[in-house]
Amino acid sequence: MATESRDYTEATETDRELTMSRAMVEAIAWEMRENEEVFYMGEDVADYGGIFSSTTGLLDEFGRDRVMDVPISETAYLGAAVGAAQAGMRPIAELMFVDFFGVAMDQIYNNMAKNTYMSGGSFSVPMVLTTAVGGTYNDAGQHSQTLYGTFAHLPGMKVVVPSTAYDAKGLMHSAIRDDDPVVYMFHKRLMGLGWMPSPSGPKTGVPKEDYTIPFGKADVKRPGDDVTVVTLGLHVHRAMEAAEQLDDDGIDAEVIDLRTLVPLDTETVLDSVRKTGKLLVVDEDYQSFGVTGEIIARAAEGALDDLSAVKRLAIPDVPIPYARSLEDEVNPGTDDIAAAVRELHE
Amino acid sequence: MYEQMVTARHYEERLVDEYLVGKQPAFDISAGPIPGELHLAAGHEASGAGVCMHLRDDDTVTAPHRPHHIAIAKGVDLKRMTAEIFGRKTGLCRGKGGHMHLFDPDVNFACSGIIAQGCPPAVGAAMAAKKRNTDSVAVAFLGEGAIDQGGFLESLNLAAVHDLPVVFVVEDNDWAISMPKDRVTDVQNGAQRAAGFDLPGVRIDSDDATAVYEAAGEAVMRARDGNGPTLIEVQVHRRMGHFMGDAEAYRPEADIDRAKERDSIERLAEDLRSHGVTDDELDEIRERAHERVEEAISWAKEQPEPGPEEAYENVFTNPPAQAATDGGSAADASGDADEMGGDN
Ligand SMILES: Cc1ncc(C[n+]2csc(CCOP(=O)(O)OP(=O)(O)O)c2C)c(N)n1
Repeated sequence: MATESRDYTEATETDRELTMSRAMVEAIAWEMRENEEVFYMGEDVADYGGIFSSTTGLLDEFGRDRVMDVPISETAYLGAAVGAAQAGMRPIAELMFVDFFGVAMDQIYNNMAKNTYMSGGSFSVPMVLTTAVGGTYNDAGQHSQTLYGTFAHLPGMKVVVPSTAYDAKGLMHSAIRDDDPVVYMFHKRLMGLGWMPSPSGPKTGVPKEDYTIPFGKADVKRPGDDVTVVTLGLHVHRAMEAAEQLDDDGIDAEVIDLRTLVPLDTETVLDSVRKTGKLLVVDEDYQSFGVTGEIIARAAEGALDDLSAVKRLAIPDVPIPYARSLEDEVNPGTDDIAAAVRELHE
Repeated sequence: MYEQMVTARHYEERLVDEYLVGKQPAFDISAGPIPGELHLAAGHEASGAGVCMHLRDDDTVTAPHRPHHIAIAKGVDLKRMTAEIFGRKTGLCRGKGGHMHLFDPDVNFACSGIIAQGCPPAVGAAMAAKKRNTDSVAVAFLGEGAIDQGGFLESLNLAAVHDLPVVFVVEDNDWAISMPKDRVTDVQNGAQRAAGFDLPGVRIDSDDATAVYEAAGEAVMRARDGNGPTLIEVQVHRRMGHFMGDAEAYRPEADIDRAKERDSIERLAEDLRSHGVTDDELDEIRERAHERVEEAISWAKEQPEPGPEEAYENVFTNPPAQAATDGGSAADASGDADEMGGDN
């Protein structure tokens, strides 16, 4: 479909900086121009441009047929995306907050995720489910979850979590071109919204041309020899800040951004822990039965002899609380990460 | 009824002031004493007040993401509700719920920020009332944007087929965030949804609190008498953006102006005057309401924030013994169930 497919695993040179939302939209627009079968539907994605600016400007260029506001009925429209995908189109359907998955989970995990397998491969479901994740602005238990683990746990869906504008664009190109269902989870705090300031990291240089980032390639954001910090989404930036602090104390942390959970780049994690011998996994999802446990299990399976210490930081199995003092307590911050690394380094 | 409506309106006006503190000059949703989303109900007062006037403390109400006017009319503790919105320890939910998730067991009030998901629990409350042979009823409030949701439609059916004492109240403010009603449903009268389930559907075309009061009276009585559910749709208005910070670029000016002109409170005041209520009496009611609001807000602001260790409490009513180590927290999971004297 793409005229020439560029595979950029690593950031390439460019002067132009974009916010993550702009980068994401640029990839969607490019794919929509290139392929008539790509369309976007969701709540408030047309005139509003997406509550988190995930579709800003698309309505103007593509019109209501291809940028569709839909009724508040996630079962119907997410299921319709499955049907349209099975019919060979390439729908992108947005679930406004990942927290709302519950009203439509059957379509997501019994149809979208399983139809390829249950049909013995005779159907494929080339759709993208985009959704906003994350807390840090006190929106309480029904609007602040990340739920990376929930989606990565269920077989049949690829799961993508960009942390920079560069990755957001490349991963979106890959997601739309992929013949499988992809869940694309963007963190609200990274989008570059005027009303929810981002840390400085996610706004990066973004090439004008189209490029893909292959799934299953983690990004070593900062090489280091002493401790491996594996993370994703917002916490990539918190880990990078923590690494800067630790550097002053002479602790050299390696920071790995997973970028995709399914497929998961186990090799990069193993290479790193073989070098450092110490592993910290940081995640904004609930701690138990999630990403942190998975990464540590893989490290133990693949490099047990090299590991001398492991630790994890995640939401400690409580629903996200509303009050600032409570949310700050449960959401791992930069200082928590630095402290955990220090503990491992001792 | 007038007092409830005036209280709700003033409460929202004051919340706007408080919400904007710390968010100037550039709006940052996570800054200030009230962070997070804030959905205000100015223009919705007629439905909350008109319906809840018929309810007792033992009747259940479930509210959606825009709950303040309903909570006030249902008699939710205003001080503790305000403290909750400010994220304080003595808030209704100890700072864990926030404005979209207000719970007050004293008056059987609960919320859900997920669209239409207050409907099934209302059906459940009605089921409990029926099984126990009491005459209490349940009322589920939702927006017109929610009438396409499975949770609502399935609830209508379940309530109808079991003749449960539930009243569904749809607040039609014409907008679901940026989506005008005609783009999300072909049915201009949401009460017509009732026909598909063989239950009565009533539409009130104006935000006339008296008309709401009358229709709700019938529906609540019908439910109390064991004659099953009713669906009521009330035309209300959204005088502000969907949430604080919504610039409403999608909304025609004329629509905003019209919403502001059609003021249910003014309308009720006119009605009352025509029935001989004097301006002085109305002023007195308004003053009393304003005082109550001010008192609640200043009380709430003086309340302490919850301590970080409280984050680990209330996950369970009966915490498993090893919860503290499982959760990776140093806090004692056996918690402080009685610290506030509340019994949840
Ligand atoms: C299941 C679900 N989908 C989407 C949302 C996001 N959302 C919150 S309010 C809202 C619009 C609701 O419109 P309406 O029901 O008419 O109520 P109003 O806000 O107009 O009072 C939407 C889409 C949600 N909270 N839950």
